[in-house]
Amino acid sequence: MSAPVASVPETFDCRVAFAEELSALAREDERIVAVCNDSVGSSNLVQFQKEFPDRLINVGIAEQDMVGVGAGLALSGYIPFVCGASPFLTGRALEQIKADVAYSQSPVVLCGMSPGMAYGELGPTHHSIEDLSWLRAIAGLDVVVPADPAETRSAVRWAANAARPAFLRVGRFKVPAVTGNRPFTFGAATTLRDGSDVTVVAAGTMVSRALDAAAEAAEQGVSVRVLNMSTIAPLDEDAIRLAMRETRGIVTAEEATTTGGLGAAVAAVVVTERTPVPMRMLGIHREFAPTGTTAFLLEHFGLTAADIRQAALALAHTDA
Amino acid sequence: MLVADPGTAAAWRRFRQEFSDSGPERRREMLRERANQSRTTDLHMIGRAGLGHVGGDMSVLDILTTLFFSVLRVDPEKPDWADRDRFVLSKGHTAGALYATLAAAGFFPTAELDTFAGPLSALNGHPNRVKVPGVETNTGPLGHGLPVSVGMAVAARLSSSSRHVYVVLGDGELQEGSNWEAAMTAGHRHLTNLTAVVDRNRLQQGARTEETNTLDPLDDKFRAFGWDVLEVDGHDHLALYDAFTAPRGERPTCVIANTTKGRGVSFMEDRVEWHHKVPSAEQIVAASAELAR
Repeated sequence: MSAPVASVPETFDCRVAFAEELSALAREDERIVAVCNDSVGSSNLVQFQKEFPDRLINVGIAEQDMVGVGAGLALSGYIPFVCGASPFLTGRALEQIKADVAYSQSPVVLCGMSPGMAYGELGPTHHSIEDLSWLRAIAGLDVVVPADPAETRSAVRWAANAARPAFLRVGRFKVPAVTGNRPFTFGAATTLRDGSDVTVVAAGTMVSRALDAAAEAAEQGVSVRVLNMSTIAPLDEDAIRLAMRETRGIVTAEEATTTGGLGAAVAAVVVTERTPVPMRMLGIHREFAPTGTTAFLLEHFGLTAADIRQAALALAHTDA
Repeated sequence: MLVADPGTAAAWRRFRQEFSDSGPERRREMLRERANQSRTTDLHMIGRAGLGHVGGDMSVLDILTTLFFSVLRVDPEKPDWADRDRFVLSKGHTAGALYATLAAAGFFPTAELDTFAGPLSALNGHPNRVKVPGVETNTGPLGHGLPVSVGMAVAARLSSSSRHVYVVLGDGELQEGSNWEAAMTAGHRHLTNLTAVVDRNRLQQGARTEETNTLDPLDDKFRAFGWDVLEVDGHDHLALYDAFTAPRGERPTCVIANTTKGRGVSFMEDRVEWHHKVPSAEQIVAASAELAR
């Protein structure tokens, strides 16, 4: 019969943790408000609305208005969590994010729900793979991509206290718990697995896959370090430089275009050091996705644990 | 961040006191004179900088002067006072007019106006709240001020504060769809603490608004979005004052202020090329003489 199957870990939709933590924060601090675009359900704000009807401002299907209203609230002393499907929040309201939030230094927490290719079959209009490239280019905007429910909770709490313009990518595609309840530390990569041959720098949905890849690579005698880079901007450049010194190559993995996201950010550090190391950038290379489920699309674009392992092994076997 | 000029702020306070103690004729004269002084200041700023939006500045200055010198509950020496009224200049390209007004009220020293648009000046071509006291949000790209003002009005209501939010919109700017998203929200939420003032000079950068993308009937548009609408002569200070301070009903208020681009300078009035043309030294002298009359 078939070979024994490894136990499949439980997986989670990070929006649930996000919503629970936001409601918990709102109970503690009346400055916490939520602003959304007809997305009470898809942003998991039903409970928040039930408890705090006055503090849930639903502007309807109007993302530019939503971000502007969030900025007005932030400039009046509130801590707005502005929630909408990531493609529409970031794409439709990009100028509001730039001018009203980042440039005006209004401490709005932009919550990009269901990012990446979470809306699989709904297609590229509903995918948010450009967000990291767009937002990383904006001065003064923090870009945070939690990897699992615990880190999502921790990042929500950080954002509420930080009072800085920030973008949180809140995942819908189910992921296993990987951070072991280590609190989110803004601007710092966390080493989830140490290794000496190759470093994989991953974010969001890619982190658990990177860990699986590292476990598989170990069986083939290659030691892979896994960094959870949950802050994309500003980037933990020291962690990258350390990886350059202590391992022979770097693989980046992100559910986003490689044009300007995590891979590009890491590469910008690598190539400006005196002794660059070889890199592989996994992600989506300026392509619109074909039709398919999220899992199918991640496989289609080479974003599985096997793909990450293969990239790591290729670098491990490259002569320095 | 620039800081207040206490002497000018004190003079502004005296002005406000005298205004409230005076009858209509004196009030009209006070605001007219103050606005024309700011016009002259602004012309010189633009002349020095070699750039600016002179037509719109002249158009909006009676609105700005009436707000800052007779209506807004603000304190130039406490620009962060939580319960201050909020003022947002959505048509951020008329920053010169705003700077001239804020300096005249003592929010920062008038000497700073000499740096307008110069290297590293706090006084950018569009206003920056991080650098200039009295500026509530950074504007410049059009269609941003109204949504932010709606957020401020929602916040005031959540805080049970009586502060009022005033936002000045250009008329051409109303071609941006984001305004109508926000207008819908303000109407839906019955934001009685919000007043949008439209500087209706009927000219945009390249041509007349009605030749570019029709705005009329503008009053009906706002009414249809759930607003009360008042229409006034945007250069009649007392009409503006009455509109800004009239008791509010159950809806947000839109004041359509009919204005003339380039107002006060005969050779600029209602001429599209003066959107951002820079007057020569001779023209500034001639314009200042007209404004001093």
